[in-house]
Amino acid sequence: MSMIVQANDLTKRYITTTALSDVTLEVPEGRIVGLLGPNGSGKTTLMKILAALLSPTSGTVFIDGLIPGVATRALVSFLPDVNHLDRWMTIGEAGDFYADFYRDFDRTRFQELLSIMELSARQKIGSLSRGMAEKARLSLVFGRRARLYVLDEPFGGLDPLARSQVLEALVANFRADCSMILSTQMVADVERFFDDVVFLDRGCVVLAGAAEDLRTQRGTSIEGVYKEVYGHVEAR
Amino acid sequence: MEFDDRTPIYVQIMDLIKQRIAAGELKAGAQLPSVRDLAQQVVVNPNTVQKAYLELEREGYVATQRGTGTFVCGDAGSVGELRRRLARETVRTCVIQLRSLGYTADEMASMLTAATREEE
Repeated sequence: MSMIVQANDLTKRYITTTALSDVTLEVPEGRIVGLLGPNGSGKTTLMKILAALLSPTSGTVFIDGLIPGVATRALVSFLPDVNHLDRWMTIGEAGDFYADFYRDFDRTRFQELLSIMELSARQKIGSLSRGMAEKARLSLVFGRRARLYVLDEPFGGLDPLARSQVLEALVANFRADCSMILSTQMVADVERFFDDVVFLDRGCVVLAGAAEDLRTQRGTSIEGVYKEVYGHVEAR
Repeated sequence: MEFDDRTPIYVQIMDLIKQRIAAGELKAGAQLPSVRDLAQQVVVNPNTVQKAYLELEREGYVATQRGTGTFVCGDAGSVGELRRRLARETVRTCVIQLRSLGYTADEMASMLTAATREEE
């Protein structure tokens, strides 16, 4: 089985803060990894490094054996936690834009995703509600046949119904030859999708493992483990 | 399907399939849904369904034929045995809970009879 992500001792320092310190992470092919932690624990920084939008201060990272850069951007489909689409575009035009940019963009799939999400290609990005815009962005991101999907808070602005549409799209699109890393605060809603979970706190990995193993070992849900991990940290 | 997130999800999927086999809904030779279909139906990670199928195969309930699918094994004896085992497990958890509420064996028995009548 090949490793899609191999990160060793990643550290990212900004002028006054250390966002990540010595993070080591391996993601084999065919896994869905939950990146968990409170705000400011380093999730977004780590994801941006994987998406080749930030470079680490020290440490190494390989995506499918390659150093992040132009070549890996072709392999990684990234959903940032803020809107990255122009408001004047229609959803269909955004699809054209993606098709121009990314060779792995599959228009048929994109159409299927839009219908799962109950969106129309003719709708203008600027006219969409927060949840609808989120679903449109997810349709674009999943429309790519990427090796790695990096999703930063994909469930942020969604109501429960939209959340289940997105989860449905997520399961329908998951293939054995790709991997997914996603961060979320909705641990309870999403935990049954995780193969592995990584808990970050103040830039460090505090716990990592297979989700089912953690359930067996600790006799509680991943959400329960989350509370144990961070409840303990707060009490410190 | 509602899951209890405290127990491994693959175990719960296994239990679900065992129950269907024991109840005779899934008969010997019946084909299980594909991993992907079941994952979509119950909305879980396909790897988890895969693991449940592998474990069911290891325990001898199903067999996978390459390229065609996963089928329920044909052995009426083991279905009867499975049925009895699931019944015993259900009764045991029920008894443990009722005992913790302070009920005696006789009271439990009469409650069971009463509950059965209500269901009918």
